[in-house]
Amino acid sequence: MSQSTAIIDMQAIRKVYDTGKVKVEALKGIDLVVDSGEFVAIVGPSGSGKSTLMNLIGCLDTPTDGTYRLGGEDVSKFTRDELADVRNRRVGFVFQGFNLLPQITAFENVEMPLLFGGVAPKKRRERVEELMTRVGLGERMDHKPTELSGGQMQRVAIARALAMHPDVVLADEPTGNLDTSAGGDIMGLFTELWKQGSTLVVITHDMTLARRASRIVEIRDGRIVRDGEAAA
Amino acid sequence: MKRNLAVILQLFLSSARLQKKRATLTIASLAWGTVTILLLLAFGEGLKRQMMSNDQAMGNNMAIMWPGETSKPYKGLPEGRPIRPKMEDVDFARERLPELDAIWGEYTSWRTALSYGRKTVNGRVIGTRFDYGDARKHFPKARGRFINPNDEDEKRRVVFLGNEMAKDIFGPEEPLGKTLLINNSPFTVIGVMQRKRQSSTYGGPDATHAVIPQSTFKAVFGDPRINVVVFRVHHEDDMPAALKHFNEVLGPRLGYDPEDPRVWGLWDTVKGQKMQGKIMLGLELFFGVIGALTLIIGGVGVANIMYAVVKERTKEIGVKMALGARRTWITGPFILEGLVYTLVGGLAGALIAILIVTGLSFLPIEGNDVLEFMGRPTLSWPIGIATIAILGTCGLLAGYFPARRAASIDPASTLRYE
Repeated sequence: MSQSTAIIDMQAIRKVYDTGKVKVEALKGIDLVVDSGEFVAIVGPSGSGKSTLMNLIGCLDTPTDGTYRLGGEDVSKFTRDELADVRNRRVGFVFQGFNLLPQITAFENVEMPLLFGGVAPKKRRERVEELMTRVGLGERMDHKPTELSGGQMQRVAIARALAMHPDVVLADEPTGNLDTSAGGDIMGLFTELWKQGSTLVVITHDMTLARRASRIVEIRDGRIVRDGEAAA
Repeated sequence: MKRNLAVILQLFLSSARLQKKRATLTIASLAWGTVTILLLLAFGEGLKRQMMSNDQAMGNNMAIMWPGETSKPYKGLPEGRPIRPKMEDVDFARERLPELDAIWGEYTSWRTALSYGRKTVNGRVIGTRFDYGDARKHFPKARGRFINPNDEDEKRRVVFLGNEMAKDIFGPEEPLGKTLLINNSPFTVIGVMQRKRQSSTYGGPDATHAVIPQSTFKAVFGDPRINVVVFRVHHEDDMPAALKHFNEVLGPRLGYDPEDPRVWGLWDTVKGQKMQGKIMLGLELFFGVIGALTLIIGGVGVANIMYAVVKERTKEIGVKMALGARRTWITGPFILEGLVYTLVGGLAGALIAILIVTGLSFLPIEGNDVLEFMGRPTLSWPIGIATIAILGTCGLLAGYFPARRAASIDPASTLRYE
């Protein structure tokens, strides 16, 4: 941690899906370093390997080749439970389909990573209340996801992603399922989070959102074809 | 560990309150299975006890021996010689065989006139010793008694009546203390046998005969032959040695080869008892297996529902994995759910079964032919423990396999937006 502030450090990452008959090489050697406090948008057409990259960054899957250090830890060879702990501590997910648990309240949804992280009940409550207020839903903690609008659901999801103070918030098409106005709100919230110091990696088709990022990485056919400052 | 349990419990509680109807139905099916297995086993146990007690109403651990003929020559005596034991020989055997619980000879007068007033009944009269009473379970009704050593020594004319014979002779009248004529000699009734359900006899049911002291019998009926010699051992395992010893003692005295197997027509009740024990064990196993199968159906039902739940919650499981749930936090709540269903269902079923069995115990057994044969359903600890073991296994397996499937879910593929 002393010499580098790299949160994500991927070197020569390859991912091959072996479906039995056919082997599909989804990522063909990715080198990607994301430093603390960056706001990175990953763009590319569908089938380019974006989702695979997102799964690897989020430790939902492991690479076939290459090394991946997340927050200084080499996670390429971690066991399932170790990966679960890494996801819990270091990664906050925001999905296109929100992926809130429908039967429990917004409060309980945000509480879940804290429960997994072994946070004491009293501290859990304080943290959830703080986060819900921060995303502007302090009054709706006891609502179930079905009683919330899409934008509100995504806010709950963002609160949940931030719960464990992750090293990186990983968002996959966070505005893809929202109307323009709600999408704008969410984009605003991301920008705000970034300004407060969060590291964000957003995968998106939405160039409006991508342009808010400090850096755009473009992927095609499993390789990075462009990596640079967001064009004005 | 403690933290794991806390997390599993919390996750379980938040998912359990969601599906009351499903839980209720599952629990009901398990309760039903438990009721079935418990009732089957309880009926089996009741039947076993009743049959044992019916069978042993005659007495147990007895060797019943009818004198026959020799089949081997012995010390110059030819084969085919009939054996005629006397009561003195039985007394001799009693002295030499202290290991026996009791030994007695029985005189029998088959069709004997027993008269009271103008009523005459033809029936069996047995002349024997006082030991017979306890060994053959001739327990007297209130205020009566069986014959005792004094009756025997003083050749008293006293009679102990089987309950049905007493009813035939006296009708509704109280027989105790009354005098009746046996073979035209007056006898005083000293006791009437308590009613008992008897399924094995030699000579005839105990309820239809009369017992008098052997000394009195000899005086009234002349010097009769001994119909049968009976002894009883303390424990069923003593029987083979006792039989061997008996022949070693009486062979030389009565003039037969102790190894000669044909001298006595032998009924060893221990063999029958053991056989019956095996039949009963078989019957209980049969009931148990049927019950267990019923219960397993309940378990399969639970597993089925849990599989459905896993499938239904695939996305939810993926989300939990993404948020950092460890493997056991995914499997734990499922296993716990299966166990809780089984536990609650099992308890409910046990409660219902206990209520039914208790309810049946209030039915009067006397005079009810079915119950007299079947006995009362009885619950016992072994039954309870067996049921708990089967239920517990069902519950664990019903939760384990679906949980294993849940844990094998690949989070990456479930989280994709569709």
